[in-house]
Amino acid sequence: MTTELMPLWEVFIRPRNGLNHKHVGSVHAADAKMAMQAARDVYTRREEGNSIWIIPASSIVASDPANASENFDPAADKIYRHPSFYDIPDEVGHM
Amino acid sequence: MYSQGLIGAETETEETAEFLDAFQSRIDAEEKIEPNDPMPHAYRKTLIRMIGQHAHSEIVGMLPEGNWITRAPSLRRKVALLAKVQDEGGHGLYLYSAAETLGVSREQMTEELLSGTAKYSSIFNYPTPTWADIGAIGWLVDGAAIMNQVPLCRCSYGPYARAMIRVCKEESFHQRQGYELMKSLTEGNEDQKAMAQDALNRWWWPSLMMFGPSDTASQHSDQSMKWKIKRFTNDELRQKFVDATVPQAALIGLTMPDPDLTWNQGKNNGDGGYDFGEIDWDEFWRVVKGHGMMNKDRIKARKKAWDEGKWVRDAALAYAAKQNSKAA
Amino acid sequence: MAVTELKDTATDALTNTIIQIADDHLILGHRLSEWCGHAPMLEEDLSMPNMALDLIGQSRALYSYAATLENTGRTEDDFAYLRTDREYTNCLLVERPNTDFAHTMLKQFYFAAFMHPLWQGIAKGSNETLRGIAAKAEKEIGYHIRHAGEWIVRLGDGTEESAMRMQAAVEELHPYTGELFTVDESRQQCIEANVLTNIDPVKTVWDSTVHNLFEQAKLIIPEVPYPQTGGRQGQHTEGFGFLLAELQYMQRAYPGASW
Repeated sequence: MTTELMPLWEVFIRPRNGLNHKHVGSVHAADAKMAMQAARDVYTRREEGNSIWIIPASSIVASDPANASENFDPAADKIYRHPSFYDIPDEVGHM
Repeated sequence: MYSQGLIGAETETEETAEFLDAFQSRIDAEEKIEPNDPMPHAYRKTLIRMIGQHAHSEIVGMLPEGNWITRAPSLRRKVALLAKVQDEGGHGLYLYSAAETLGVSREQMTEELLSGTAKYSSIFNYPTPTWADIGAIGWLVDGAAIMNQVPLCRCSYGPYARAMIRVCKEESFHQRQGYELMKSLTEGNEDQKAMAQDALNRWWWPSLMMFGPSDTASQHSDQSMKWKIKRFTNDELRQKFVDATVPQAALIGLTMPDPDLTWNQGKNNGDGGYDFGEIDWDEFWRVVKGHGMMNKDRIKARKKAWDEGKWVRDAALAYAAKQNSKAA
Repeated sequence: MAVTELKDTATDALTNTIIQIADDHLILGHRLSEWCGHAPMLEEDLSMPNMALDLIGQSRALYSYAATLENTGRTEDDFAYLRTDREYTNCLLVERPNTDFAHTMLKQFYFAAFMHPLWQGIAKGSNETLRGIAAKAEKEIGYHIRHAGEWIVRLGDGTEESAMRMQAAVEELHPYTGELFTVDESRQQCIEANVLTNIDPVKTVWDSTVHNLFEQAKLIIPEVPYPQTGGRQGQHTEGFGFLLAELQYMQRAYPGASW
């Protein structure tokens, strides 16, 4: 017997205006409207937020961990991208 | 919870020594492992089993307490209990989500639960004949669960650790709810006091069993500790629970059903702790293997909900398919 | 003397009406709570308790207010746990058994579609305490319409089996909806005192909410030659005695104990 799978949706909640939506978990639902209601009922029971995003889990494109070193290590030695790389006189104060 | 989740876990791996060493160094450096990261087969299998059993425990755990929602003795107690049982469902949901990141579907896990191939915490195979059982479960069962769950918030597998953080945050009200309920009974009439003591007598030993077999008898703890899936051994957590709970019972005038319970100053590196009597491991294994009073009823209830819900889930999927084909 | 009497009758009418509404909410919430742990899917095991908690919460607010008005020392729990079936004045719709998910969602929808315009009226009415309760309840019940409504559309227009079950639920429950709109003497007084709005616009809104949804859900509204009523007079269906036996078990078994 095979059971047809109920699609998986990833849920993102914005705790309050001014903040980013943040991934909080997932729900199963047949369609977007039901997924939205499920997300509301599951993830906002304790005033966790004022806005919800849902995305079909199958629509997320993730970077390949096998490429992680190519992707992310090259940034490590580009220290000139950070303010502390540059010397300026103390008298200037905050800049 | 439930280090019982490690019963029967597979610990053999086929990966090269080099791969396993590299993985172990990541663990030793306290790096979290995330879903797409390479991981030993046995690490994945152990987690799927453990998180799955944890999720099943939450879901089956809705039943013994759910038994009293319609009979709660006041409206205040009724809403608290309903919200608590609902939370257990939520926790099951977060945990299934975490397990799904390892490549297993919720449907698959559900079918394993219903067919009996997946286990859940044996504590939920005990019945809840009285209202005081609701207090005892909140106080003792959730108390024991919290002992297990707090260290799991630091589990090496990221999604499990994150789910546990959410669970622990929500669960802080559960144990207080149970203890307050017990306290109100001990402050009541003779019937109520007797009801509270009776519930404690029935739930104390099964609560201690929740931490799983003794370290000397547990085969899988070592590897799980090495991989930082678990942070403490079964016996360490059990001792912590006893030490925390015994004074709580005394405070509300209840007596622990253990004549061997004595303070031992030499325990816990001289900080002191309680010696306690021998756990009835025959009973533990009997219930784990399916012969507790409620094992069959619990699975039957879950199966009924799943089977009777099929037409609803099918309808939702059929409607979605129709809408999609209209849109296409 | 006459003025005091008039005031007392008005208070009685208000109290009676509030208790009716409170009873509706408690009994519907209680029925919904029977699902907890047995829902068709896990997500719904979170949704149904949310709605049940809303309903029971509203009943508590209303019972507490009724207790204040009555001023005899009764509490919310006395109303819930120590009245007999003849003293309960909920409408029959809310006490009907859950039967299946289609029946349950329809019951929620019928009731929510009725309470939403009623709360809106109360929120603009003359009674300050009720205005406060209504402002909160209106939002909660608005979600119930949406949640139950989305399910009804999916069940009505899902599979052959779900469509059949959904229509069967409509046939069975529709005869109980007429009682929602009955206006007894107490309610009439509340309408005259501008605590409640007239029932006609409430019925109009309900009709159109139901009609619109049923069109989407491909459901047919049946002819109801003989609506079922009686709850408002304390005459209930047989299952209600069992509901109360369960609800009140502890308070009846241990009289006077506090929990």
